[in-house]
This record gives sequence, C-alpha cells and structure tokens, in this order.
Amino acid sequence: MNAPLALLAELTHRCPLRCPYCSNPVELTRASGELTTQEWARVFREAAALGCLQVHLSGGEPTVRRDIVEITQAAHHAGLYTNLITAGVLLDAALMARLVDAGLDHVQLSVQDADPAGAERIGGMKGAPARKEMAARLVTEAGLPLTLNAVVHRQNLHNLPLLIETALHWGAGRLEVAHVQYYGWALMNRDALLPTREQLDAATRIVDAAREAHQDRLLIDYVVPDYHAARPKSCMGGWGNRFLGVSPAGRVLPCHAAESITGLDFPNVRDTSLRAAWEDSDAFNRFRGTAWMPEPCRGCDRKEKDWGGCRCQAFALTGDAAATDPACALSPQHGLLAAAVAQAVSPDFRYRGFD
Amino acid sequence: MIPRFPRGVRLHHDQARERWVVMAPERMFVPDETALEVLRLVDGARDLEDIIDALAAKFDAPREVIATDVRAMVDDLVARGAITP
Ligand code: SF4
Ligand code: SF4
Repeated sequence: MNAPLALLAELTHRCPLRCPYCSNPVELTRASGELTTQEWARVFREAAALGCLQVHLSGGEPTVRRDIVEITQAAHHAGLYTNLITAGVLLDAALMARLVDAGLDHVQLSVQDADPAGAERIGGMKGAPARKEMAARLVTEAGLPLTLNAVVHRQNLHNLPLLIETALHWGAGRLEVAHVQYYGWALMNRDALLPTREQLDAATRIVDAAREAHQDRLLIDYVVPDYHAARPKSCMGGWGNRFLGVSPAGRVLPCHAAESITGLDFPNVRDTSLRAAWEDSDAFNRFRGTAWMPEPCRGCDRKEKDWGGCRCQAFALTGDAAATDPACALSPQHGLLAAAVAQAVSPDFRYRGFD
Repeated sequence: MIPRFPRGVRLHHDQARERWVVMAPERMFVPDETALEVLRLVDGARDLEDIIDALAAKFDAPREVIATDVRAMVDDLVARGAITP
C-alpha cells in the first residue's frame, strides 16, 4: 500500500459564490458541523506522519473561516507545503500578510470567466471579478507564486483566449484550464455546461498554441473532458493510492466527490485516526488496486494506468460504483455520454447553495 | 551568483519515504544525488564559488572537475525552476 502524497482539506462548504459546477456535494455541511481549529491541526500532523507532503486548503471558500490564519500556520508547522485554493473575493492586504507570515507557500485563484459579466453570472456574485483581480495583485506583490484555475464549459469556452491573456496580465505562473467533471452540482447542471465537440477541439488547439507561445512565462495544465473521450482519466492516480481528502465535517475521502457514492461508509477523523482510515477502512480498500475490477478492466493492459477511471462518474452514470467508467469506449455504457452531449442544449442552470 | 530558492519552492525531507523532494507549486520532484548535494548548500547566502569549494572539499576532488559538474547542475536546476540565479 502506498502512502498518500497530498491532503485536500475542505475547511468549509460556505462560499460567497454559487458556481453551478461546484464540486461540493449537493448536500452541503453547515458551519455548525465544521471541524475546529484544533481538529484540523491534528489532521495535518497525522497527514504529515502518514506521508503527505502538501495540503490544499480548500472549501467552499477557505477564507470564510475566521481561523484561516491559524489553520494555515498549523499546516505549515506540521511540515506540509501549503496551497490555498480560493475564490479570492475575501482577501485583503492585511489577511494576505498574515497568511504569508503563517507560512503559506502558494495560492490558487479561481476565475469563472475572463469576461466580467460572464463571470458575475456564472459565479452568481456581483463585483467578484474586480475583487479577484485585486486578490491576484495581493498574491504577486507578496511574492507568492500564483496559479489561476478556470473551470471551463459550454458557456465560457469562447473566452479561452482572453482567459490566457488574463493569466499573463495578472502575473500567474500557472494556469489550470479544467473542463467540468460531472457529478454533484455539475451533474444536475450538465445540460447547461457540456461543451460541443467543436468547442473542445478549438479549446485544445488554443491551449496548445498558447503553451508554445508563452512557454517561459506561463505553464498551462489542461484537464480534458470525459464526455468526448475514448479512454478515461486516471482518477486521483488510483483510489486510495496517493490522495486523501477530509470534508468540512471530518469525513475522510478517497476523492473529493466520493460522498456522491451512496452505500460507502466513510470514516470520520472525529472517531478514528487518519492512518486507520487510510489503511483499514472499507471505503478506502473497496476500490484500491485492481482486484475489485470487473471486465473489461480486469483483462485490460491499461488497468494500472487509469485504474478503470472515475468511481464517482461510474456511479453517477450507471448506478454501480464498481463499473468500468463509461468514459471508456470499452464500457458497454459508453453510449450514455454521446446521448448526454446530444441532449445538452439549454443554457439554464441552478446555482449551488444551501437549500 | 547566489543561487536561492524562489518563493513557493522548498527542499523538503520526506520522512515517510526517506528521501528529499523539491516542492513547488502543484508539482514536486526527487533530485538525484548530485542535485541534492548542490541543493542542500543553497541557503541564499553562499554564492556559486562557495558551493563549488564546499563540494570539492567534501569529495576531495579537483576543483575544476567539481566546478564543471556543479555549473551544469545549477543550469539544469534553474531551467527546472528549482532555484533562481
Ligand atoms: S466552485 Fe464556486 S461555489 Fe464552489 S467553492 Fe468554488 S467558488 Fe465557491
Ligand atoms: S477497460 Fe478499464 S482499464 Fe481498460 S482502458 Fe477502459 S477503463 Fe481503462
């Protein structure tokens, strides 16, 4: 069994934005259910002892927590490389300075669209784009490396060239262009978000050209969408292989979307150690390695490359978390994806939120 | 030239796996032995010549030989973004 390399700490589900593709579960945890500062500090120490080298401080919006500085400091003291994944709308100069003092290593800032009007509509928050631009400035002025993260879909892909310009203009060293992954809120809003094949091909060409044009200034990571693919992505580098997530309420997860799979009982850091969760829990062992795989994965020579694809996607589309990911053309259910693309025509979506 | 780690890059001892890793934004790499010898001397104070002296003494090797290796290694580490000159 490998030791995990990275911890995703979902500090809260609260967020001033309301993105319709949010990767948080449809059933959000309220503030009263969140882990305390001390509980997070213990999680960080246990994660480091288990072998994690970095922590992604995420959410929701991690800076809505009033103890975000103490939490960052605890992660740093545990010896973890600390990455803050933020929408940036709550950052100001004072907070930035305190986070830097606490040992923050890197900031990843989300952008909903390069066009401000589009960004306000998709993020569901007036004034967010201007605040994000200020946040980018605060990060670079503090001397921290900045990554922009843009989730792309049918309603913002036309602005991809502008997005790349924005990343250069704001002084980001990295840009993540990530196509939406469809589970939870995104699955609910799939008809409004799925890109067309033409859009995808154009996006891939734009990214390739930009990578070459800006290679010494901007690193572009490109996450391709599954719905036009013939083979699935290697989800999380394998279930229970490298990655560990802890939800706001303390549930230990093999993938940030794993709670969308019903029937798996996730261990909680309030009752168990992180090591016991990683090594001994049924939830982690269920899809670890390759022994659980059905055909066609079982006899496939790619099974240790892509690990049969995404369990959450398999569950969302087929109702069986142990099925081959339908993103694979060898899956008997591969046709579901083309059918979904064909039916995705309406632009209307539902914002994420506490109901 | 005084090599240093840029902000957001750290040389980190990975205790669980008993190795050293260079941690950078959204990526990490495991330096080979020669790179590690150089990186462990990068402290933002020593300049390149000091590093060469230290390694020549440590390995009891002719300075010119060490100097060639270290310069090539530093160029490589700069190109990979692990250090800035
Ligand atoms: S995806 Fe949008 S709504 Fe969800 S946490 Fe990020 S910024 Fe907030
Ligand atoms: S059959 Fe399974 S292992 Fe083979 S490529 Fe498809 S998903 Fe991957």
